[in-house]
Amino acid sequence: MVGELSIKGVTKRFRREGEEDVIALNGVNLNIKAGSFVSLIGPSGCGKSTLLRLIAGLSDADEGELQLDGKKIVGTSYERGLVFQNPTLFPWLNIQDNVAFGLKVRHIHRQNKSLVKEYIKLVGLEGFEKSYPHQLSGGMCQRASLARSLVGKPKVLLLDEPLGALDAFTRMNMQDELLRIWKEENMTMIMVTHDVDEAIYLSDKVIVMSPRPAKIEQVIDIEMGRPRARSNPDFLQYRSKILKILNFGGNVEDISYYI
Amino acid sequence: MNTNAKSKTTDLIKEVLPCVSIVFTLLLQLMIPDSASHPQADAHYFTYVLWISLVVWALIFILSFFRQNVRKKLIYKGYFIAGAILFLNIVNLLTVKSALLPVLYFPSLDRIFGVLITDRQLILKCLLYSIRLLSVGFLSGAVIGIISGIAIGFSKTVSYWLMPVVRVLGPIPSTAWIPLVLVCFPSAVSASTFLIAVAVWFPTTIMTSSGISNVQNSYFEVSRTLGAGKLAQIFEVGVPAAMPHMFLGLFNGTCSSFITLVTAEMIGAKYGIGWYVNWQKELLAYANVYAGLIVIAVVFSILITLLFKVRDKVLLWQKGVIKW
Repeated sequence: MVGELSIKGVTKRFRREGEEDVIALNGVNLNIKAGSFVSLIGPSGCGKSTLLRLIAGLSDADEGELQLDGKKIVGTSYERGLVFQNPTLFPWLNIQDNVAFGLKVRHIHRQNKSLVKEYIKLVGLEGFEKSYPHQLSGGMCQRASLARSLVGKPKVLLLDEPLGALDAFTRMNMQDELLRIWKEENMTMIMVTHDVDEAIYLSDKVIVMSPRPAKIEQVIDIEMGRPRARSNPDFLQYRSKILKILNFGGNVEDISYYI
Repeated sequence: MNTNAKSKTTDLIKEVLPCVSIVFTLLLQLMIPDSASHPQADAHYFTYVLWISLVVWALIFILSFFRQNVRKKLIYKGYFIAGAILFLNIVNLLTVKSALLPVLYFPSLDRIFGVLITDRQLILKCLLYSIRLLSVGFLSGAVIGIISGIAIGFSKTVSYWLMPVVRVLGPIPSTAWIPLVLVCFPSAVSASTFLIAVAVWFPTTIMTSSGISNVQNSYFEVSRTLGAGKLAQIFEVGVPAAMPHMFLGLFNGTCSSFITLVTAEMIGAKYGIGWYVNWQKELLAYANVYAGLIVIAVVFSILITLLFKVRDKVLLWQKGVIKW
């Protein structure tokens, strides 16, 4: 299986005019197994989106190295697909042409026409091939952008809060869809999220990050079978554990009782 | 009377009103004798125009009972058509019927419409000359403008060198180049073509480049993670995303090209609609001047409408950047 990521001592700074550099990532080491589902979670400013952009190749590390299947990551590639929070579908293309975009710019569209159809079906958008993005709902657009990234068969799919803009019900629905697609496609998925439940529900590994300086706080393996019930005691335990790391646990021990 | 019946009556009034206005104008035109101080037209062309429009609108009125969409349009346009004809009526009364306006500068409608018929061969020839000049100038200006706009939008080096030039030279009205152009170009035609091209080039360049620099960065980023190279980023993402701006530039360019055309034809052109108007003005033939202006107005608005039709086709995905 392909799609193994290794991140070694990666540091990223942002230069500011006349002020001290901001350290967006500080010596991050991380190994992500091929075919696993990993979530990056943490408060804003903890560098999770920066890490994702580094993996995508949209920006370069100042120190350290990122490798995909033992090859150093330089620049962007269709091997590392990216889905943003806003679907960023191209508004001038209909759904079918949006999904086909990657194949077209790589000049492999002609021999893969059926693939476009297949992925539109996979995300449940049959019948909307000729619609334009502005005619679809947010959830449907997000499905379409998922199909657009999947159709090129990336080794790793990077998801930057892909469900953040959706309402709660659409969101839970999409989480199941995402799991189904992940199982079918056998690819590595790395997702940035703010939602602890979402992270536990989906992931093999939850990576908790902390800000100032941005670094990995703890890596938690979620050892639960799928499908996972959100009310399962194990689920709740993982939940309180992660919240505690993020300092949202509440000081349960400190509560004193007056008699 | 309930509101429904009331609105039905107003609808009917709106439908009939154009015909009523035409008949009213026709009656005044036939009954009031022409003022003696106006030179006589060789025929009552305005009367013919009124008869023809009466027949046309009567036919449309009848058709509106069978076609719902025709009826809706007629109801919507009813007041305007009636008003426009009323305006012609008033002009007619002020000129040939009463000679209240200076006779030399405000010829009778009979003579203006007459020119369109008697002088049609020369006007058509002039129009074809103008359209040839306009299309060559417009197309070269638009193509070069789009190319330079894309180059400025995507290349920092091109932007560094070209943007200041565009900023300084662009706002100069292209007609101000006439003295220089007359020296540099071998013929009046090539000089005028150049002026029109410059007039189109500037707004097209500015709007294209600003359109490209306004494209959301995430579009480019997503396209890169989908495997788009530099060329694909330019032509598959930047250009289509900047298309609405481009059309805005082309629209502005079209308008200034009309202005430039009419002025440019005054510099030693042999034929051309701008030349025609200017020449007739010097001959104090104001009926011909107005006829020329009518032709210019009709043709230019047809051209603008065409441009917008193209835009609507291309920008199907985006509804109405600017309304026309």
